[in-house]
Amino acid sequence: MSIYVDIKKALGSFSLHVQFEAKNEIMGLLGASGCGKSMTLKCIAGIVNPDSGRIVINEHVVFDSAKKINVIPQQRRTGYLFQNYALFPHMTVAENIAVGIRRPEGEKKAFVEEKMAAFYLTGLENRYPGQISGGQQQRVALARIFASQPEIIMLDEPFSALDSHLKWQIELETMKVLEKYQGTILLVSHSRDEVYRLCERAAVIAEGHIDGISAKRDLFDAPQTLAASKLTGCKNHSRAEKIDAHTLRAIDWNCFLSSALPVPDDIKYVGIRAHYLALTTSTEKSNRMDCEVVRVIEDTFNMMLIVRPLGSTGRGSEIIWQIEKAGWQAFYSGQEKLCLRLPEDKLLLLR
Amino acid sequence: MDLAPLFISLKTALLATAITFFFGLYAARYVMQLERYQGIIDGLFTLPLVLPPTVVGFFLLVVLGKNSIVGKFLLQFDISIVFSWEATVIASTVVAFPLMYRTSRGAFEQIDYNLISAARTLGMSEEKIFWRIVLPLSWSGIAAGTILAFARALGEFGATIMLAGNIPGKTQTMATAIYSAVQAGDRDTAYVWAGVIIVISFVIMILMNYWSNAQKKVNSAGQGK
Repeated sequence: MSIYVDIKKALGSFSLHVQFEAKNEIMGLLGASGCGKSMTLKCIAGIVNPDSGRIVINEHVVFDSAKKINVIPQQRRTGYLFQNYALFPHMTVAENIAVGIRRPEGEKKAFVEEKMAAFYLTGLENRYPGQISGGQQQRVALARIFASQPEIIMLDEPFSALDSHLKWQIELETMKVLEKYQGTILLVSHSRDEVYRLCERAAVIAEGHIDGISAKRDLFDAPQTLAASKLTGCKNHSRAEKIDAHTLRAIDWNCFLSSALPVPDDIKYVGIRAHYLALTTSTEKSNRMDCEVVRVIEDTFNMMLIVRPLGSTGRGSEIIWQIEKAGWQAFYSGQEKLCLRLPEDKLLLLR
Repeated sequence: MDLAPLFISLKTALLATAITFFFGLYAARYVMQLERYQGIIDGLFTLPLVLPPTVVGFFLLVVLGKNSIVGKFLLQFDISIVFSWEATVIASTVVAFPLMYRTSRGAFEQIDYNLISAARTLGMSEEKIFWRIVLPLSWSGIAAGTILAFARALGEFGATIMLAGNIPGKTQTMATAIYSAVQAGDRDTAYVWAGVIIVISFVIMILMNYWSNAQKKVNSAGQGK
């Protein structure tokens, strides 16, 4: 079970060019909204036609512009979970599930019942989609997909339509169901947490192209590009240039930093996560940044201090320092200036 | 009083509505799936709505008249369209068609496109998608279009009088009867037919509102809003 995708599509000023491969795994496509993630899934499903390229699902070529192959969506057998689930509002739950079953009429009823049970939907057969909860709607949509016996499953922002207090529980339930599936699952999401919890590997998509594919741990520990770093939640970035093997200049932050890792020649940005910054004193010699406090924001469990390095101007240079709320006054007691340390081993060197 | 105009009008409007119902739906479906020239074809289909009915009637006369290719061909079978009852049906059909076409197209386009895409990925054929998804979900719009088309066909005057004339007992509809009555100074007859048309049209509109409210309730129950 696998998928191979290499497609190009131009849409006005936006152009999509993605290439990736996935095996028996849950692969995440992580990207900001409008980056082309959903478009990629639609091209795979055949709902949208790419301009050129090749798509192979389980050794079956479904699109090849060079050979003029373009299999219609009905025959691609892709299971597509839409963001709004796309349940047919005028059909009952059982009718919705029966729609995609490719079996003789006589066997359908039993098969529907089997899927209803597998997705904890028994008893809801005659309800309409509007009469059941959001979580149940998602299970109906998944049951409908599984009933059609797809070659690949694609989930398009599956949890974004749910209230945040429901999200967690439904995510767990969905995972339980997906674990049984023997095949490739593509998960499109803009949420780094979702991708981290659900996927083994993830591709970062930025402005229509893939910005790197890696095992999720590598992606989060050592993002390679600015887009990847932003998507994995890093809040502080500065333009950077290389000085020597282990030294760089952070242009926006107006300081020199030494890095534990060798600085690549083509470094463009340096980043540091908000919670890795530490308070230090003016006697500290390396990686010290003297800054002034711009604002203090109280978050749910953290305090966020927005600081600006002395001698720098503009919004791009501002740094967010995140401290746990418990005992944060020990670190900060209202002073206007403070010294922060950027640990050498926590710097993200980005291209 | 001669009731012929009432029956001719109703017969004409019913048949014209039936024909335009299928053509309108088909045209709406056809135009929606067009990838090119959608604007031009749409304009062509909508033209009878905006043109003066006399212009529509004039062109129908040109196309179907005795000297046209179609007219000559039909003459070989002893069929003459102009000034026949069939001509009233043709005139009403053409004039009512854009209303059916546009309202059903509007209804089709309001359907969440994800539903169509989902149906495709689930393996439903285009034919099945149309009958089992698109039609049921746009039913109220289609009903509205049908009723509008009927009302328009019932009141058709300009194209009818050009193509079918105003022959009492044969092609004289209520609308053309009013014209004749006024010309002849017969105010009473004109009042009667005008009253009948107003009553029928009003009842139709009330039925339509009632129906679309009922449909809204069904839909909102389905969507839980």
